[in-house]
Amino acid sequence: MLQGHQTWVFKSKPTIISSAAIGGPFEAQGNLADDFDLLHGDIWLGQDSYEQAEKKFLEQACETAIKKAGLKKEDIQFFLSGDLINQIMPSSFTARTLAVPYLGIYGACSSSMEGLSLASLIIDTGFAQNALVGTSSHNAASEKQYRYPTEYGAQKPPTAQWTVTGAGAAVVALQGQGPRVVASTIGRVIDMGLSDPFNMGAAMAPAAVDTIEAHFRDLNISPSHYDLIATGDLGRVGHRIAGDLLTVLGGFGLYDDLIKFSGAGASVPISSFGNQLVKGALQEAEKTGLVGVLTGIFKITSAGISSAIIFGFLASVLCKPKG
Amino acid sequence: MSSIKRKNLTPVQQQYQDFARAREPQRPLVINCIRAFIVGGIICTIGQGVQLFFITYFNFDEKTAGDPTVAVLILISVILTSLGLYDHIAHWGGAGSAVPVTGFANTIASASLDHKSEGFVLGVGGNMFKIAGPVIVFGVFSAFVVAIIKVIITSLGGM
Repeated sequence: MLQGHQTWVFKSKPTIISSAAIGGPFEAQGNLADDFDLLHGDIWLGQDSYEQAEKKFLEQACETAIKKAGLKKEDIQFFLSGDLINQIMPSSFTARTLAVPYLGIYGACSSSMEGLSLASLIIDTGFAQNALVGTSSHNAASEKQYRYPTEYGAQKPPTAQWTVTGAGAAVVALQGQGPRVVASTIGRVIDMGLSDPFNMGAAMAPAAVDTIEAHFRDLNISPSHYDLIATGDLGRVGHRIAGDLLTVLGGFGLYDDLIKFSGAGASVPISSFGNQLVKGALQEAEKTGLVGVLTGIFKITSAGISSAIIFGFLASVLCKPKG
Repeated sequence: MSSIKRKNLTPVQQQYQDFARAREPQRPLVINCIRAFIVGGIICTIGQGVQLFFITYFNFDEKTAGDPTVAVLILISVILTSLGLYDHIAHWGGAGSAVPVTGFANTIASASLDHKSEGFVLGVGGNMFKIAGPVIVFGVFSAFVVAIIKVIITSLGGM
């Protein structure tokens, strides 16, 4: 049911009955290493390409989540998944492996929460009993696609973030034990004109703040309603900006020690919802529910394409397209 | 940020970017310069050593020794890239490893490596110059412009 401007309130409170997270070697060194179901020592997983390795990560996450829920894949009615690769290939190929009716989604960093929100909506409306949500990313595959080749030696600025190598999956069901999804606020795309692919935190922070504010406004609640407000992917820089923005703009002078505004620095939410959200404070916060914060940001990463040589370059300097 | 880019932003965007910039860690410019100096210096010293080696033992003179020296440095750079070591050197050394010819070799080798999974013709062949392309384009183009200017000045009786 729509409440306020952009928030869904789920009457049946769909339950996240299981979740799984699979990580790579870098994630194994992080603070959240213990929360992963499976950690791999290399980024290839015996595959021929990064993209195939990412698919493998996602397949394992999905299989683990289904197993942990005590279900078989035949019990899953819909599979919602997204990732960062062109045409969401890892998700699509995982859907082929699972052979479950599939809805592909693309929200870049917000894919995990987008999937969770949509799955909750499907469950809440009674259109399914069990829905599987998955998402994945692969550091090398993302670097290759959005930034520079992985072995290219470029100095990264201190604002640069690290794309996770790993996958997360969760089963959302009508009944069962686990954290419940109470409401979901869908965020807007907020473009503050940042175009640096090595400063994603600052690019995404305004959208996170906008969505969090909208959530409080729509539900007519204050930050103190929650024990924990977690965002994903803002990193150290974006986390600081978002925290300050909320304090400056929001008039939420109410922030006290109870509310730990947590940014997933070590692991991007794309897989961290498997651990950070579900395993952590959320189970305690069951009474208040889950804030699905959709930082609806599309990465505006324009790759520098060298498509024109001298005359092409000259032409672009001197001429305008004639239409 | 250039003033032209800034003009295209709305006041709100500008305000936010100033707000955000105050909360971002600054690039450690001085340290980066020192590191670049050290790494770039070491690479050039190795190059000098290789050049002297060719002059002393292989009958090259100072001019002709340039080509084999460059080839050796490129070979070393490609090997280090293939072993996954060059990017670590470059992360530390910054411009010090990007400016010499080793950086150029790294751009080509790293792109080739990454796209091998897409096949040799369209993968490696098509993507090899992904990063080196702009270097070549602007190198060629600026050389062209400078040459034209020089021809004009010379024909007008200068130099």
